[in-house]
Amino acid sequence: MTTKERRMKQDMLFRWCCRIVTFMALGVLLVLLSHIFSQGFKWLSWDFINSYPSRFADQAGIKSAVWGSIWVISFTAIFSVPFGVATAFFLEEYSNSNSKFVRLLQINIANLAGMPSIIYGLLGLTLFARGIGLGGSVLTGSLTLSLLILPVIVIASQEAIKAVPNSIRYGAYAMGARKWQVIVGQVLPAALPGIMTGVILSLSRAIGETAPLIIIGALSYVAFTPLGPFDDFTVLPVQIYNWAGRPQEEFHEIASAGIIVLLAVLFTMNLVAIMIRQKFQKYRM
Amino acid sequence: MSKPIIQVKDLSIFYGEKKAINSVNVSFSEKQVTAVIGPSGCGKSTLLRSLNRMNDFVENLRVEGEVLYKDQNIYAPKIDSADIRRQIGMVFQKPNPFPKSIYKNITWGPQINGYDFDPDALVEKCLKRAALWDEVKDRLDDSALALSGGQQQRLCIARAIAMNPEVILMDEPCSALDPKATSRIEDLILDLRNRYTIIIVTHNMQQAARISDETAFFFDGDLIEFGDTKEIFTNPVEEKTEDYITGRFG
Repeated sequence: MTTKERRMKQDMLFRWCCRIVTFMALGVLLVLLSHIFSQGFKWLSWDFINSYPSRFADQAGIKSAVWGSIWVISFTAIFSVPFGVATAFFLEEYSNSNSKFVRLLQINIANLAGMPSIIYGLLGLTLFARGIGLGGSVLTGSLTLSLLILPVIVIASQEAIKAVPNSIRYGAYAMGARKWQVIVGQVLPAALPGIMTGVILSLSRAIGETAPLIIIGALSYVAFTPLGPFDDFTVLPVQIYNWAGRPQEEFHEIASAGIIVLLAVLFTMNLVAIMIRQKFQKYRM
Repeated sequence: MSKPIIQVKDLSIFYGEKKAINSVNVSFSEKQVTAVIGPSGCGKSTLLRSLNRMNDFVENLRVEGEVLYKDQNIYAPKIDSADIRRQIGMVFQKPNPFPKSIYKNITWGPQINGYDFDPDALVEKCLKRAALWDEVKDRLDDSALALSGGQQQRLCIARAIAMNPEVILMDEPCSALDPKATSRIEDLILDLRNRYTIIIVTHNMQQAARISDETAFFFDGDLIEFGDTKEIFTNPVEEKTEDYITGRFG
């Protein structure tokens, strides 16, 4: 076999390895989805989405969990996005990246991004639920989830800010701009698509979190929708977890229906975020 | 020659310990094109950036001496550097339009500086002066990044003009462009010479000879020779200048 033939073989081998691995992952996903849809699809109806949970399978609905998730995720976004993006701007544009303090901060943020979520649940329980007495409310849940996703938002935003070339900053300074004008007028819009990607990913993670919310005391049987940030709540994954843990076979199927609803909510969120991103990407090449 | 608008007095610039500019004295005349030439690393770009305090963003850089703009030292403590940059604009080596529409590239500067202006009229005026209007007038809302390199550089000149500066500094504005785009920029500079003071760094000696009224030759941080462009290119006083412009080194 000549060298050329061998190298062509290697090339083909590598290509096939990549292909097989990709399809294996896709295959697993497909099996998972088909299982969920075959179990849950028949339970999906407007009544299911618009009813409160019940101990009778045929009356059980997911209304309180859908609204709970919407409340919690909205407040999570309100808390985490401004704080995360502002932190990223401070670290990238204002702080001296060579200082020991800033480097320590960076390492800590990176470590926090990898912390198990249940630890955030314990923190939320001590700090928000008991410490300032918010109990198992929407606020406690969203503050806890905000802490959980804050490091990811900070890191993703930092990367997006770093990707904005300095030539744009200098161009803006040369127009007599002040630093805040350079940041707000040039760097932020240029970095926004990247920041949005980080925000989408972390909010998607937050909407699927179960453990920290169970710890802070999210209820599993809620026969009402939250009317304000101080109300008790449940969220989709907690409701699904609860159904899946019941002995009756019907409730396992209802859990699958709940997963379909969760996927739909996630899909809608991502779609909206992608649309926002597209709008700002208009001026990129 | 007309009266000087920028006078550099005993200016030395250090990068850390390294001296990049060595007590230079030079004055730039109003409404003239002055070319700054010299081999790579001679400090010509460093000098140019010190004229509107763009060097402020370079770490470990230290400036000694004075740069007088209209008889006012721009390195005096009470001076607002942003205010200086409003009056002394800059065009960079690589075209760096903002990732916004062509229209917004022009209006952004005057807008953030709180100028009172009619945006449509300003956009048209600046793009016409930068000889770009005919090419882009039907697509002002398109991304500036969709333009060709030469068009982007003319947009950057238009953007600088929009601030209504007295002086425009150009740091090798054609080095990233092809010959055709280069000649358009050169024509443009000749058009603008009566309205603005232009100081252009270039490593292209033919370009310096074609477009400038006066030329400053730098070597290794020193100003070797300064004078009328025709004189410098036909009858240089210093041997080093002659060696450089005849291509014996550089």
